[in-house]
Amino acid sequence: MIVARAIQATRRYGEVTALDRVDLDLHAGELVGLLGPNGAGKSTLLNLLVGLRRVSSGRVELFGGDPRNPVYRRRIGVTPQETGLPPTLRVGEVIDFVSAHYPDPMPRAELLDRFGLADLARRQTGGLSGGQKRRLAVALAFVGRPQLVFLDEPTTGLDVTARRELWEAIRQFHAEGGTVLLTSHYLEEIEELAQRVVVLGRGRVLADDTVGAIRDLSRVRRVSLVAPDLPDLPGVRGVERVDGVTRLLTTDSDQFVRDLVRSGVAFSDLEIRPTSLEDAFLALTTAEPTTAEPAVAGATTTAETTTAEPADA
Amino acid sequence: MRLALVHTRYQLLETVRVPIAVVGSAFFPTVSMLFFVVPFSGDDPVAATYATASMVTFAVMSTNIFQYGIGVAEDRAQPWDPYLRTLPAGPAPRFAGRITAGLTMTLLSLIPVVVVAAVATEARVSAPAFLAALGTVVVVAVPFTLMGLAIGYALPSKAATVVAQVVFFPLAFGGGLLFPPDSSPGFITAIAPYLPTRGAVELMWAAVGDFRINPTSLVMLGVWVVVLAAVAGWAYRRDEGRRFH
Repeated sequence: MIVARAIQATRRYGEVTALDRVDLDLHAGELVGLLGPNGAGKSTLLNLLVGLRRVSSGRVELFGGDPRNPVYRRRIGVTPQETGLPPTLRVGEVIDFVSAHYPDPMPRAELLDRFGLADLARRQTGGLSGGQKRRLAVALAFVGRPQLVFLDEPTTGLDVTARRELWEAIRQFHAEGGTVLLTSHYLEEIEELAQRVVVLGRGRVLADDTVGAIRDLSRVRRVSLVAPDLPDLPGVRGVERVDGVTRLLTTDSDQFVRDLVRSGVAFSDLEIRPTSLEDAFLALTTAEPTTAEPAVAGATTTAETTTAEPADA
Repeated sequence: MRLALVHTRYQLLETVRVPIAVVGSAFFPTVSMLFFVVPFSGDDPVAATYATASMVTFAVMSTNIFQYGIGVAEDRAQPWDPYLRTLPAGPAPRFAGRITAGLTMTLLSLIPVVVVAAVATEARVSAPAFLAALGTVVVVAVPFTLMGLAIGYALPSKAATVVAQVVFFPLAFGGGLLFPPDSSPGFITAIAPYLPTRGAVELMWAAVGDFRINPTSLVMLGVWVVVLAAVAGWAYRRDEGRRFH
């Protein structure tokens, strides 16, 4: 069953296209990670799916209906990127207030317990630490016993212990059959939680695959060499030339070297360095793919691209 | 309906937790009562009653301009506001809650004015006149609620604070709230009927005494309500369009 979907969803802010014809199906019981640098369109996609913003063109659906209609938001929970709680209200009051919007909310004590907030129920939210506020903001997404939660960078600002506790709570929700769409900068977080990863870059879906496949990105190597002219070789991405030095990324450096030698091109100063997953990811999201094929691993392109700075990283 | 009450309760809770906000809106009218009404017309039952009605109108105006103008602008700046829009409820309960809480705060802000009038002056009203005045408070709260909403939805919070402060005193002064019904200075007599405060205060005077309302003031009050409703509606939709389209 598809619980949420985007169909060619496009969202423009004036001149800027934040989301460009994005297709996404979210099936019941999935735990999907939405990955991308700042400005990739993650929050915009989430805002469309929870009814906060309207698509410029295309369509979004929540349980088959328009998310802007409150009826279709009954079975979702949301944690926005920014926490912002009414500072004068107590933790317990904030929970009760949000509970009042749902037909069958989770009892306050159970929620407090699940998210390690039991000691804080009487505290005003203005007096909580950043991490405690974040935990409460995430907990609020689960108040209405949702079937689907949207968590926008849920663990931002949390220390390692608090992050792990929150992951545990998210896993528990998923194990009970809940569907999760979460965004993150932390690849570790996505790897830790998600089964499926959707990579966004500049408003487009660059990859939609299993965690394993995306993890293959970690096999990406950065290659640099001096060569007059590089032939078309498979598995090469993000080619750039600076001062006569050619730099590129490849998903299989061994095969690249074999192909390079076989091509007979004269080259010198060959260097192969590992990249972090983050680097590979950024390079691939900033280097505009020239093929319509969104798959990242093994995509073939020979286009020369000047590597621009990440939009907003 | 149940949800509107929940929103009312939490709006009030948020306001009450910052007691200075509660005190603030009643402060100026109460102080005006003590400084101007008590010493100058406190001994004359008719004058004191009219003056109290003026100060009540003043309190209604300032409370509403401030609580909506500043409150709405501040709420719009907080991420909590968009979060509430992801909950399974339309904007109606929150809006209804805000208005109900606003009316409650307005009535609370009148208590010190009325207490000062009863204890320290000769101002007196009959029970029916008191009820009529209470009903009039609700009616005259309408234009100033709309004015506050227009300011709050149209402006960012810092600008809203300034505009609310700039607007409320000339309205009170220009409308003749600081003078007895028939002895405003000439220029005020000339401009007053065109200000919303005049129609409002004349309704209050008519409720508590033998005052004949100037039709121009009343018609202009109606015009103000229509215009302010249009501006508030425009500002609300523009805000929605900017942030939630």
